[in-house]
Amino acid sequence: MAHQQHSLTSPMWIALSRLATVLVGTFCLAHAYGQSATGQASDSAQNSAKATTWKWDVPKPRDGWTVPRTRDGHPDLQGVWTNKTVTPLERPKSLGNKAFFTPEEAEKFTQASLERSDKDRRVGGVRDVINAYNAFWWDRGTKVLPNMRTSIIVDPPNGRMPALTPQRQAAMHKEMEAVKMRCQHPGCAVANSGMVVPADSPEVLDLETRCISFGTVIPMLPTAYNNNYQIVQSPGVVAIDTEMVHDVRRIPTDGSAHLPSNVRQWFGDPRGHWEGDTLVVDTTNFNGRFFGRLRAADKNLRVTERFTRVGPNTLLYQFTVDDPTAYTRPWSGEIPLTKISGKLYEYACNEGNIGMRDIIKAAREDERKAADKK
Amino acid sequence: MGRRFVQRAGLGLMLLAMAVVAAQRSALAADNEGKPDLSGIWQAMNTANWNLEAHVAAPGNVPALGAMGAVPPGPGVVEGGVIPYLSSALAQRKRNYEMRWSADPEIKCYMPGVPRANYMPYPFQIIQGSDTMMISYEFADAVRVIYMKDPGPAPNLFWMGWSVGHWEGKTLVVDVTGLNEDTWFDHAGNYHSDALHVVERYTLRSPDILMYEATIEDPKVYSRPWKIRMPLYRHVEKNAQLMEFKCIPFAEHVLYGEVGKQEKPGS
Repeated sequence: MAHQQHSLTSPMWIALSRLATVLVGTFCLAHAYGQSATGQASDSAQNSAKATTWKWDVPKPRDGWTVPRTRDGHPDLQGVWTNKTVTPLERPKSLGNKAFFTPEEAEKFTQASLERSDKDRRVGGVRDVINAYNAFWWDRGTKVLPNMRTSIIVDPPNGRMPALTPQRQAAMHKEMEAVKMRCQHPGCAVANSGMVVPADSPEVLDLETRCISFGTVIPMLPTAYNNNYQIVQSPGVVAIDTEMVHDVRRIPTDGSAHLPSNVRQWFGDPRGHWEGDTLVVDTTNFNGRFFGRLRAADKNLRVTERFTRVGPNTLLYQFTVDDPTAYTRPWSGEIPLTKISGKLYEYACNEGNIGMRDIIKAAREDERKAADKK
Repeated sequence: MGRRFVQRAGLGLMLLAMAVVAAQRSALAADNEGKPDLSGIWQAMNTANWNLEAHVAAPGNVPALGAMGAVPPGPGVVEGGVIPYLSSALAQRKRNYEMRWSADPEIKCYMPGVPRANYMPYPFQIIQGSDTMMISYEFADAVRVIYMKDPGPAPNLFWMGWSVGHWEGKTLVVDVTGLNEDTWFDHAGNYHSDALHVVERYTLRSPDILMYEATIEDPKVYSRPWKIRMPLYRHVEKNAQLMEFKCIPFAEHVLYGEVGKQEKPGS
């Protein structure tokens, strides 16, 4: 986004993304069956560790720097911020409880992850088609986080998401089995997420393919591109615009109460308050349907986020995910957001979602061909 | 002295406290440079989204909905009453009107563009920051950033355009370019091309009424610039907030119905 050519609304981008999604939708079908749907990535080694109450230290602003303030006296969080990084949400298992990189280790890790995610690398076969966007179209991070942490997750101590509760595991297993059963028959597709899913109708495809959620709004986790957020403040409200599908969270800081608990929304209902110079945002009232790393969460999710300006170009972002019916313990993460001088560009997704049409259309074609063979 | 002094001192303190509160309030009502603060949740109260021009009540398109589905009448919001279409452009409006029950982009949950976003029957929130303002719309999560420092010309065409603002006295003037040709102005098929240029004027008439005016210019479609004008009303209820109106699930049946095996539209 800092560069003009990355504007995702450019006609060339739209044309190519349409072509790419057509290709994905059309050619992946035949190879979809038999691949297992990817499950919740979770490690059982330490994640059943006893739940501790993670306490954040009060962040200190950089020496000799004064926090800028808005007209109502609160810290000024405004600007365009990015969370893009090669630092993974979950720490590689091989690193165990090692929480920080040395500069040499960081360099090595960065090189390895850049090579691994290099979309210009060609391996042949259907994977190349799935990777149809070459590196030019991606805007992943190219550096580890400035805090030198080996994972975004800081708690549990192994830097990995905790185990799911037995009930949630069973429920997700059941869902996955149903998908597997269904996808032994024609009419399934590899969705944008890489998951093999029934392509009977849009509702059963993942939220990213539907342009509803890319899993980047709450918590604010980095992804393949559009890792940019704009904050605008006026007294009593902090607004955060997520570039990925232009979702705006309007966070009241006026002491008002959450929506009634029976009222549920995709991104929940946020309420903010100031603790010293930290904006604390409490979000509840989720509808229980998520995309991305929070896919295992359910309606009981509560996300607590903390925003602290610690330097002219750094906004420290800390979050705790708590969902007692989904996870065996709360987990917390930290991303120092970096201020950038570029602008957010409109990412129209539903308006150009040719991919959805083609995925479903190709699935019907697939079924028709299978029926003809009989 | 004694009691009387205490009473007077008490009264004085009370007045002082009231003055401080009042001063705080007026400080909040104006931003740093003393400009009016337009922050808040606003909504139009008219039928412009059905038709910018004057129109009588009419039946809807879903007989089962009866009176609920009917088109409500309205005296129109266009200055002079009629949109000055080029004669060559009228045929397209007629086609749009005839196809309105399937071709209006609102049906597809597309971002509504400017100025339509401001008079749809959904609230929107203005967040007046220091060098940018944000307008967040409930419908389709549409959003505009209004740059108060010149960001240069529109780098591209967008559904919600490229908005650059400045103050003329107490009026916020927003120059909107970079609008694509895919949005309509209303259900009646009033339309524009990608040469659309909108100049908006927002003026507080009282704390809770924001006068809105948009001058619409598009030499490919109209013979001259024309204006719409309407009040926007502040949501003053205590629990006012924008809620999610993620309309994609409601539109998928229309968007993909013929290729899907729709079982449960809208989930």
